[in-house]
Amino acid sequence: MIGVELVKLLRRPRTWISVVLTCALPFLVAIFIMITHLAPPPGQGSAFLSAVLQNGELYPAAALALVLPVFLPVAVAVVAGDSIAGEASTGTLRYLLVRPVGRTRLLVAKLVSVIVYVLLVVLAVTVTAYATGVFLLGPSRAAAVGQPPGGGAAGPGGAGTGLAGQAPTAGQAAGGAVTSLSGTPLGLWQLTERIAGAIAFITVSMLGVAAIALFLSTITDSALGSALGALAALVASEVLVTLNAATVVQPYLPTRYWLAWIDFFRQPVFWRDIQRGFGIQAVYVVVFLAAAWANFSTKDITA
Amino acid sequence: MIVTRALTKRYGPVTAVRSVDLDVREGDRYGLLGPNGSGKTTLVRMLLALVYATSGEIEVMGRRMPRHAREVLPQIGALIEEPAAYPHLSGRANLALLDAAGPGGLAARRTRRRRVGEALEQVGLAGVDRRPVKAYSLGMRQRLGLAAVLIRRPRLLVLDEPGNGLDPRGIRDLRELLTSLNETGVTVFLSSHLLAEVEQLCTRVGVLDAGRLVLQDDLAVLRAPTGLIGVDTPDGDQAAALLDGQVERRDGPHLLVRYKDAAALNARLVGAGLRVSAIGAHQRTLEDIVLSVTGAGSDHIAGSSELEGRGADWTEERGTSDEGRRRLKAPRKRAGNRDVSS
Repeated sequence: MIGVELVKLLRRPRTWISVVLTCALPFLVAIFIMITHLAPPPGQGSAFLSAVLQNGELYPAAALALVLPVFLPVAVAVVAGDSIAGEASTGTLRYLLVRPVGRTRLLVAKLVSVIVYVLLVVLAVTVTAYATGVFLLGPSRAAAVGQPPGGGAAGPGGAGTGLAGQAPTAGQAAGGAVTSLSGTPLGLWQLTERIAGAIAFITVSMLGVAAIALFLSTITDSALGSALGALAALVASEVLVTLNAATVVQPYLPTRYWLAWIDFFRQPVFWRDIQRGFGIQAVYVVVFLAAAWANFSTKDITA
Repeated sequence: MIVTRALTKRYGPVTAVRSVDLDVREGDRYGLLGPNGSGKTTLVRMLLALVYATSGEIEVMGRRMPRHAREVLPQIGALIEEPAAYPHLSGRANLALLDAAGPGGLAARRTRRRRVGEALEQVGLAGVDRRPVKAYSLGMRQRLGLAAVLIRRPRLLVLDEPGNGLDPRGIRDLRELLTSLNETGVTVFLSSHLLAEVEQLCTRVGVLDAGRLVLQDDLAVLRAPTGLIGVDTPDGDQAAALLDGQVERRDGPHLLVRYKDAAALNARLVGAGLRVSAIGAHQRTLEDIVLSVTGAGSDHIAGSSELEGRGADWTEERGTSDEGRRRLKAPRKRAGNRDVSS
């Protein structure tokens, strides 16, 4: 059944269109930055964007920060919200269940296919962003801002000459190395490790969204309704996260620690928020999946 | 094959199915009839463990449902309301995916391609190409749905309104397919509101009305000769006069006569110089039977005995309310009067 769900996911045009669109946003941003050389100043705008002109290899992190707030949750909510409700509205749900496919089994297969989808999108964004960063922005622009070039990995000469004001906040130690947010350099292996950590964190965060959407998907027969419901929950959470009066509930909101993966790029890794983020998402995933299971396995299928 | 006891389903205050004792025997071609909204679909869904009963028992192939759904369902081919398929995939891909979704393992995988091909051939879609299902016509979708039913060679077919969306030729194909499957030992259980479809196909019928099973019997028993002879004659008045006391009912040129033998009656009429255009043993049509039992729940006093065994040519309109019956009766009388005056 899991195999069948994966085939359905991968043979569906929507899957690939959403992946391409999600990858297109960072690409578009990279083109603008490449042409204008105007990255937002450090501390403003999307995370990491200020640093990518100095080092294109950091662009995957910047790209993830770009797609995380809207694109990724929307795509995940649509896919997860469609999982049961979509089958119900096309009428295929009843045929699957009398095939028979156990209801729990179907739910698990749907969950696995959503996880695969999230990984697919996140990895696609990371890989395309890395390629975009290296080819459009060039690896380690340190050379262009007057630091000693090293390793021969300098990008097109002179491209960054006008950027003295946006020089890296800390000195570059070795050519080709990426500077962490704390200013110390990261080797290629360290960078890979941390990007992997960030991908894992973002995937788990998206699973929280997916669990909410999947639960709603078992309640309604409208795929649109469950996707929008999940997004509404996220928007509500975002509103409360910025509201001082809601401080009491903030640690329990699903989006509270969404950006904690940025801490992977500090030296040393700042684990506190990352751990809390994993924890709170785990709770959301468990609670909403349990609710989805309880509802779906006792539900009258009238669609 | 299918036995239910006091099966009841309530949706909040609405009782969709109330205390139904269904009995479908192995080898039957069973037709479940009933007007729209009488609970047919809910009943079918309960048999398939899609909807859970409020109370009562269900046994399918001797096993309790829904507890043993995992063992029972693989032997059932089910079509529930409209067929459904993933619109962006081809018919073949849809069948293969549905087959792969369920149990069967390696053995099923090895034979899948062949079974898909055979099922498509059985329903007349053998030449179907790689077009996605969204490009199919309604009739093609219905045929594809039937192919999905047949792909695992079920022992029991549960079909909810299988004729919907089929053209007359498609309906005939379906009838032939179901009959030939039945001859190989497959039990067929179908629900329909199309009387003609059921009458031509089924050996046994059940009639559902407002959630209640109001009739269940073999079609041959239900349609056994009534002992009356139906006569069509342009000389209706003279015939009525001649057979005074033996005419059960008269409707213009149609007479229902209590007489032991059609041939003898014919000889007598002709001997008296009357013209006979048609004569034969009278049988109630399924339509008469269904109309006589449905709608009797809420208004069973007014005219229900009159409806019993009424003439063979009732119109499509269904007199389930008093008003409806009066409306049906009135023009009929006028027609009779005209005949008399002419």
